[in-house]
Amino acid sequence: MSTAPEKIKDTIANADLQKAIYTATGRLMSHRAASIAPDALDGYQELRTAAHEIKRHAIENLDYYLEQFERNVASHGGKAVFCADANDVADFVLDLAKKRGAHLIVKSKSMTTEEIDLNERLEHHNLESVETDLGEYILQLAHQRPYHIVAPALHMTRYEVADLFTERLGTEREVVIEKQTKIARSVLREKFLAADIGISGANFLVADSGAVVVVENEGNARLTTSAPKIHIAIAGIEKLIPRAQDLPLFLKLLGRSATGQAMTVYTSFLAGPRREDEIDGPDEFYVVLLDNGRTKLLADPMKRESLFCIRCGACLNHCPVYRKIGGHNYPWIYSGPIGKIITPQFHGVMHDPWLPFASSLCGACAEVCPVKIDIPKLLLQLRTEVVEAKSQEGQGGSERRGFRMYAWLMRHPKLFRIFGKIGAKFSPHPREGAWIRRLPRFMRVGPLRNWIAQRDLPPPAKKSFHDLWRKR
Amino acid sequence: MGGAPVRHPDGGRGIESNFMPKGRVSIFVTCIVDQVFPKVGLAMAEVLEHAGYEVDFPRAQTCCGQPAFNSGYRDEARQVARHFLDVFQGAEYIVVPSGSCAAMISHHFADLGLSTQNIEGRTLEFSEFLTNVAKVDDVGARYNATVTYHDSCHALRELKIKDGPRRLLANVKGLTLREMDAAEECCGFGGTFSVKFPEISGAMARTKIDSILKTEATTVVSIDSSCLMQLEGAIRRAGLPIRTMHLAEILASR
Repeated sequence: MSTAPEKIKDTIANADLQKAIYTATGRLMSHRAASIAPDALDGYQELRTAAHEIKRHAIENLDYYLEQFERNVASHGGKAVFCADANDVADFVLDLAKKRGAHLIVKSKSMTTEEIDLNERLEHHNLESVETDLGEYILQLAHQRPYHIVAPALHMTRYEVADLFTERLGTEREVVIEKQTKIARSVLREKFLAADIGISGANFLVADSGAVVVVENEGNARLTTSAPKIHIAIAGIEKLIPRAQDLPLFLKLLGRSATGQAMTVYTSFLAGPRREDEIDGPDEFYVVLLDNGRTKLLADPMKRESLFCIRCGACLNHCPVYRKIGGHNYPWIYSGPIGKIITPQFHGVMHDPWLPFASSLCGACAEVCPVKIDIPKLLLQLRTEVVEAKSQEGQGGSERRGFRMYAWLMRHPKLFRIFGKIGAKFSPHPREGAWIRRLPRFMRVGPLRNWIAQRDLPPPAKKSFHDLWRKR
Repeated sequence: MGGAPVRHPDGGRGIESNFMPKGRVSIFVTCIVDQVFPKVGLAMAEVLEHAGYEVDFPRAQTCCGQPAFNSGYRDEARQVARHFLDVFQGAEYIVVPSGSCAAMISHHFADLGLSTQNIEGRTLEFSEFLTNVAKVDDVGARYNATVTYHDSCHALRELKIKDGPRRLLANVKGLTLREMDAAEECCGFGGTFSVKFPEISGAMARTKIDSILKTEATTVVSIDSSCLMQLEGAIRRAGLPIRTMHLAEILASR
């Protein structure tokens, strides 16, 4: 799409949805704030700086750490598999499923698999793939995409879930959340026990230990990674951190930034298949290392900062734009400020040229980012790239002429003042002290029309500061 | 909150009794204040003079270039920024009634590849100049009202201005400062964002106004006229009895 989706207006006009988004993100904001307050955590700002530096180092030396990780996974009896794109991943999983005669897959929450439409690709080949995170399970039943990186069903009320369960599972209508959880659990427990393959994402890949780290609150990821005979962890290559000793730092920041938890309920360290003396665990263990465009981002020293992201979702919760338009009006599954900077880099800036402009540049995202990604700076850079790309494609001529004119006028102060006077003369003159509510027809275009659609407009001053100062 | 009023060596009669100017400040009133809200510029000049400074207004000034910069037109922004640097060359201090424009100059001119050596550390937002350079927390103003303060984003997050304006307000006689819960939330202006995405921008303003209403303040104060234009535009559209005032206008009230 080339312009912002029209349904943004519907989202804003839907009072119930607005309240749901604002309340849920507001709750995550206050939980985060409490968890990083000085009495709860020492040296939060220093931790952010350290995390930023470690991520920078890891991303700048990704080739080294990928090899180290691959070696260490192999030393535990697992196998790292490099995949270039979504097709590669699907082929790998399908091939393995075919060889092992697998039919049922259980999945724990993973944005990376959302990114490559894995479920749809597997289902297309008659493999059943069941989401086991409650929010993701609800969305899978509803045929919807995650609304939020961390809280995928943030926009749905328990009443909607009640209807959905009745319709899709045939259970009696149940509006109590705990009881809804029970319903989901009874369905999913059977799936866990019957599944041939478990697929998880990864929050971190630890290079020096070869471990995959998964954090969660429901225990479904632990079951996903330990009950089936085969486990596949699918992760973007940017998930690497150099050392196991860096983990406490990132775990401290991730839980707090995401949900305000000092630590999530479950933190699983997966290193290879079940050993001989172990009771639980898969017989086969694979880590899919996905590129899918990430190496493109690596090429740009400034923009590669977007790869530092640990997917905590704090920037979404604090974004006043996300809090108005929600998670389904962004062009890709990554919504909010982080989505605004990575989507144009993965898809090309001209795919959704409006996206980097849909920000007031308030900077709330950068302020809460646990790895200090300078999101406003990257948005500004991407805006420049959109302007350049449009220019090359012969688009955006009137805006460009407008800004050229502006720049010329601002370098000619006397003409700027004359223009100001002309503007003041032709502007509507509401009664003294009033602002403009209606524009004459010839002015009802472009920016003026859009301003007046939402707000009254101040009339230009009869005398500018220049005029008043001269008379002082 | 609120430090003791600054005492001067003349025995504490205050700032009015100074003969010699404490320094010379060049004011950059910004394009929006020049064309739409000139009273804000006059109020700022008055407060600065009252604080003992000689005020200079370089007449060739226009804009800082931010509209072009934020819209992705770097060449155009650079041309305007160069003009600014020429106009303010040699200024002792450049004082700006806007956190956003001050941040553009002090933070983003460098992103345009311009040398800001000559103005570094000497370009200050108005409240920042009062509290950090003039060392004034009490300007001797009086304004009878309950007000709430809106943190404008660039002042708050780029210039780290948070307590200064509140200290200045707390020392205004007759004024009660009441914090709103969403003080740090964006008003939704965002320059061209406000006209490129009017529905989102308008919705953001209304959320902010809900928070203002909850304080029962009659006036919302900011250090950025652009935020106030956005808020007052939406307040007037909703027919609400709230005024907006720039900090300079409050501090110039006696």
